[in-house]
Amino acid sequence: MNLDSKDIEKIAHLARLTIDKANIPTYIKNLNNILNLVEKINANDTRDIMPMSHPIDTNQRLREDEISEIDQRENFQTIAPQTKNGVYLVPQVIKLNTP
Amino acid sequence: MKWEVVIGLEVHVQLATKTKMFSNASTAYGAKPNTQACAIDLGLPGVLPILNKEAVKMAIKFGLAIDAKLTHRSIFERKNYFYPDLPKGYQISQFKTPIVGSGQLNIELEDGSEKIIGITRAHLEEDAGKSLHDYFQGQTGIDLNRAGIPLLEIVSEPDIRSAKEAVAYMKKIYSLVCYLEICDGNMQEGSFRCDTNVSIRSIGEINLGARVELKNINSFRNVERAINVEVKRQIEIIERDGKVFQETRLYDDHKNITLVMRKKEETQDYRYFPDPDLLPLVLEKEMIEQVRMTLPELPDARRNRFITDMNLSFYDASALTSYHQLADYYEVVLIKTDGQNPKLCANWVCDELLGTLNKFNLDITTSPVTAEQLGGILVRIIDNTISGKIAKQIFESLWKKEANNADDIIKSNNLKQITDSTIIEEMIDKVISNNTRQLKQYLGGKKQLFGFFVGQVMKVSKGKANPVEVNNLLKEKLIISIE
Repeated sequence: MNLDSKDIEKIAHLARLTIDKANIPTYIKNLNNILNLVEKINANDTRDIMPMSHPIDTNQRLREDEISEIDQRENFQTIAPQTKNGVYLVPQVIKLNTP
Repeated sequence: MKWEVVIGLEVHVQLATKTKMFSNASTAYGAKPNTQACAIDLGLPGVLPILNKEAVKMAIKFGLAIDAKLTHRSIFERKNYFYPDLPKGYQISQFKTPIVGSGQLNIELEDGSEKIIGITRAHLEEDAGKSLHDYFQGQTGIDLNRAGIPLLEIVSEPDIRSAKEAVAYMKKIYSLVCYLEICDGNMQEGSFRCDTNVSIRSIGEINLGARVELKNINSFRNVERAINVEVKRQIEIIERDGKVFQETRLYDDHKNITLVMRKKEETQDYRYFPDPDLLPLVLEKEMIEQVRMTLPELPDARRNRFITDMNLSFYDASALTSYHQLADYYEVVLIKTDGQNPKLCANWVCDELLGTLNKFNLDITTSPVTAEQLGGILVRIIDNTISGKIAKQIFESLWKKEANNADDIIKSNNLKQITDSTIIEEMIDKVISNNTRQLKQYLGGKKQLFGFFVGQVMKVSKGKANPVEVNNLLKEKLIISIE
């Protein structure tokens, strides 16, 4: 696997990370190292092995459908940068549903 | 060149659970913003989602109803994207292993024919919050009450070939999830939403054309309109030698056009991966059998029973079974009449009742006249106590809540039908002697005046004379007059 600087920029964009262009060669090197390791693992024959989706070998526990949460809006909104009339305010998002 | 339309639908059904998919917060509609968004829904650090048993059961119920393969062991995955109404930065969904695998659904078309539509899969996922664009100057408001509400996304095969088929399919799914009581069916509140994939290809072509996704259409009418206008757009482009792009478009129902929302080049890379917070979901046989026991009679089976047992037409039976509350109502009416005259009962429910409900913008669940009350009226038509005309007056009185039941109204207003032939004959004699001019015309050959005489007798009896009796006696009297 060989990542190039374009891949790095795309990954950073998807993760909404601001990166210093000067560091891109280092990121390429480190990420390629990780991917090479994954490729080594990939080389093993895993045909008869069920993929592991979780390190704990048990099943999902299910919860009864009963309301127990109380309204804690005021608490939660103390850490929000901006709220008004109970809603969280964020920078304007492009209107998608109006012409 | 002739074009073939290829359509696939993704229906999002909001499951009728009391709490969210992964938290114990309420799902009730209409609460003040963010009062039903708990720490789990907000994705605060250190919280752990726990799956709602009821949501799982509802998904199983749907799978059983469409005879689908259920996935014994399914996994929840994170679908990663950034949008302010998605506080965690990912939506918990199912990608590789949907809980419900492939199944199928029968739809009925307007010409009476049937068609099988394949269902690819149905998976569980959580809803996002709501963005409010119009209320805050230069900013967007976020209400997270909807975040985490359980959805069942039902994906069809691209088997649908017209806007009409798409509507028939959507209505069938709607009817089914309401019958199963896994969705409240409230489309205004967004409980049942639909994304539509539309492409066209020349007839005979095997490969699919570029697919356009129409987002979030919330009414049956708009699905039909949106598809028609989008198909027209695509044909025009191709016939101009242009190229249809794979993209997401929004339907604007005021202007009846579709507008581009997202191009393929900007399509998200969702980077699905198994959610480490959730263990694999295993459906035990016992749980599946438990759910199977709760399956109600499904719409098709109920329609067929109405046709066979009650001798109703396909049309009446389909109309009555389109909503389970309506079919329930009808069956209560029939219990009241002891199963007599199911056709009369069907006519009254479909015409008089539904017509009046429509006029007042009500539905069967909010009908002022109960099934017992309507049955009470029909019993009295069947046993000849009242005529259909008087029955309509009684229906109106019950609608206005002027009384509790038909029998009280009949008694207090003395509406009992007159079947005594001597009384009716007296009325006929009176009418004939008061209308000698019309009698002459009738005897002179103007036979259509018969109806006039019937009307006059009914008027004299204040609508209470038995119309069949009036007809018979009147015929006799008029013949005697000729002689």
